[in-house]
Amino acid sequence: MTEERLTARCLSKKTKYILSAAAIIAVLALVWVLEQNIPPTSSWSMLFTVIKKGAIYSLVVVSMNLLNGFTGLFSLGQAGFMLIGAYAYAIFAIPVEAKDSVYQYYEPLIGFSVPEMLTNAMGGAGTVGGTLGEYLGVIILMLFAGLVTAGIAFLIGLPVLRLKSDYLAIASLGFAEIIRTIFQWDGLGSVTNGSNLLRKFPTFSSSLFPLIVSGLCIAIIVLLINSSYGRAFKAIRDDEIAAEAMGVNLFKHKQLSFVISSFFTGIGGAMLAMFQATVNATPFTSNMTYELLLIVVIGGIGSVTGSVIGSFLFIACSEWWLRFLDEGQFLGMDADFMRPGFRKVVFALIIICIVLFYSRGIMGTREFSWDGVFNFFRTLPTRLVAFFKALPGRLVAFFKALPGRIVKFFKTLPSRISGKVKKLTGKTKNSKNNHINNTDKREEAQ
Amino acid sequence: MELLSKWLPYILAGISVGGQYALIAIGYTMVYGILRLINFAHGDMFMIAGLMAVYLATALPLYITLPLVLVLTVMLGCTIEVVAYRPLRTAPRMSIMISAIGVSYFLQNLALYATGGLAQTYPKIEWLARTVNVFGASTKMVTLVTPVLVIVLVVALVMLIKYTKIGMAMRAVSRDFETSQLMGIDINRVITVTFVIGSFLAAIGSILYFTNYTGIMPTSGGMPGLKAFVAAVFGGIGSIPGAVIGAFVIGICENLIKGANLTTFSDAFTFVLLIIILMVKPTGLFGEKNIDKV
Repeated sequence: MTEERLTARCLSKKTKYILSAAAIIAVLALVWVLEQNIPPTSSWSMLFTVIKKGAIYSLVVVSMNLLNGFTGLFSLGQAGFMLIGAYAYAIFAIPVEAKDSVYQYYEPLIGFSVPEMLTNAMGGAGTVGGTLGEYLGVIILMLFAGLVTAGIAFLIGLPVLRLKSDYLAIASLGFAEIIRTIFQWDGLGSVTNGSNLLRKFPTFSSSLFPLIVSGLCIAIIVLLINSSYGRAFKAIRDDEIAAEAMGVNLFKHKQLSFVISSFFTGIGGAMLAMFQATVNATPFTSNMTYELLLIVVIGGIGSVTGSVIGSFLFIACSEWWLRFLDEGQFLGMDADFMRPGFRKVVFALIIICIVLFYSRGIMGTREFSWDGVFNFFRTLPTRLVAFFKALPGRLVAFFKALPGRIVKFFKTLPSRISGKVKKLTGKTKNSKNNHINNTDKREEAQ
Repeated sequence: MELLSKWLPYILAGISVGGQYALIAIGYTMVYGILRLINFAHGDMFMIAGLMAVYLATALPLYITLPLVLVLTVMLGCTIEVVAYRPLRTAPRMSIMISAIGVSYFLQNLALYATGGLAQTYPKIEWLARTVNVFGASTKMVTLVTPVLVIVLVVALVMLIKYTKIGMAMRAVSRDFETSQLMGIDINRVITVTFVIGSFLAAIGSILYFTNYTGIMPTSGGMPGLKAFVAAVFGGIGSIPGAVIGAFVIGICENLIKGANLTTFSDAFTFVLLIIILMVKPTGLFGEKNIDKV
């Protein structure tokens, strides 16, 4: 009986589709309902920041995972590509009459705004057609942002992808820094506004928008990973030489993965620009890339599900859950050490611990599947029963062994400490003599 | 003559900053030579060394502060090695690199917490910050001291690596990690010594660098760190003279670009140089050829 219940069972494809559709609709509806009911003044409104930023980060992290986790290309150019996406969107989306106030020190070169043009073409502001037109314009611009990023990535990829692991990492990092410098350059001020902010472009207010866009993009990435191209990527990751021998065109596939990843990163960058409502090149440093890479690791290198979970967790922790660490209060007491910034220190420590002790991340290389969820719940009762049945015995054994263990710990402590000290200080006199004796013997033998 | 008087200050500044990059770059190149690890935390350690000097100097006189900074930085370097890199010795190379990035993230956030995000001013070392005249260009004493000090330290280091037992062990380990372990070399000790030397030089570099550029931010380790790494790649990673030459080239070129009124591109230049060298001669100026075997 138990045997049979513990074996995994598969759901039919149709059920899975229905379940997925239901889950997606449920999540979207829930977010919509919450958005109507939670006032912006409540502390729960942080939830929407988390959803928006989490969705955007999910997309960027998944596309980084496509590169690092699925194709095995250790590229650190992500922040640069986000920057391109953000600027490509912002530059063409600023309404015409706002241009002069945004480009205070330069003559704006781009004299039109795509969402505005479409709004006017489809019935003017305020009408249904106009609103649709604005959405259409925004979406076209996001695709444009992705395409521009992909195009630049293609050019960067030509030289960079011929490099191997570490060199690839450092060269892509270098390109990201170059991109940042170019966007801050005065000479391009009439397009990029130099090192000043770009603002006043259309943004989104509902958190449904980034959720839906990111969801669609991630779905496309998943389809790609499960296609024959995805299998080629994984083959390259696992063994380049073997993959080449099996007829996978290394450079072509690396380039493909790089360009596609950058395309979605560009879209992510455009959404980040909308989320922040302003764009400036300064924060898109290598630190941002490091942050994204750490999320990939937390989620699991080579797992899309992990990346999504990791992004939401990371954003929730850094923006919301760990906020209390900055407020100077600990269990009701005043704590001076908990001043602003403490949150980030704790957070960084947690991340190091994950990297060191839990390097497979949350999901490892596993993915979410309905079968997994169902089998988990199906076998849960049996496992719980088994666990509680075994618990008393285990507890008894643990407490029986405890005194002996404690005694042993303190007995061996001195010798272990001295051993550590010896190791750290290097050779003790004794070992030095041994060494000399050994060499003497060797010489004698010769 | 006029040309010289225009460019001389920039060249002097370049030599000075190049020397400081060289001191950091040696740490990178040695660690890479032995562990095949880009120690992303190295630049941040350099920044932490600067901050330590700031905080210690508020309580202690300078002649105690500076040696103490050297000692503490060395301890920090070894701690990082033991805590973050040693447990991953057998792990894939990417995990160690990620661990290094994690440490870098931690150190930066720690610095952000300690300083509250405000720029700290480095304590003024009278002797180094004194103004001197060189061929009509006025500059700080540190500009003259740096290259001399760098050359002395590098010669000492090269002697150490060439003539001592531990130096021999280091060369062996960088040639072949596993075989040298089989030959009875205590790998961990060699790596610790590498980190001691790297951190020590980074601490000296931080004293010189921040005497020149006195503001310390939590992010001020990043750029010098990356540039020093580029210098190490330029010179051929694993090669100490290569790293030093690379650092001087980068320092001088960067300042010449500043002199040509293209300050925005002085950072980007470093990376352009990196990409060119990786395209043309991936092993760097003095690097050894690495052949991949199936």
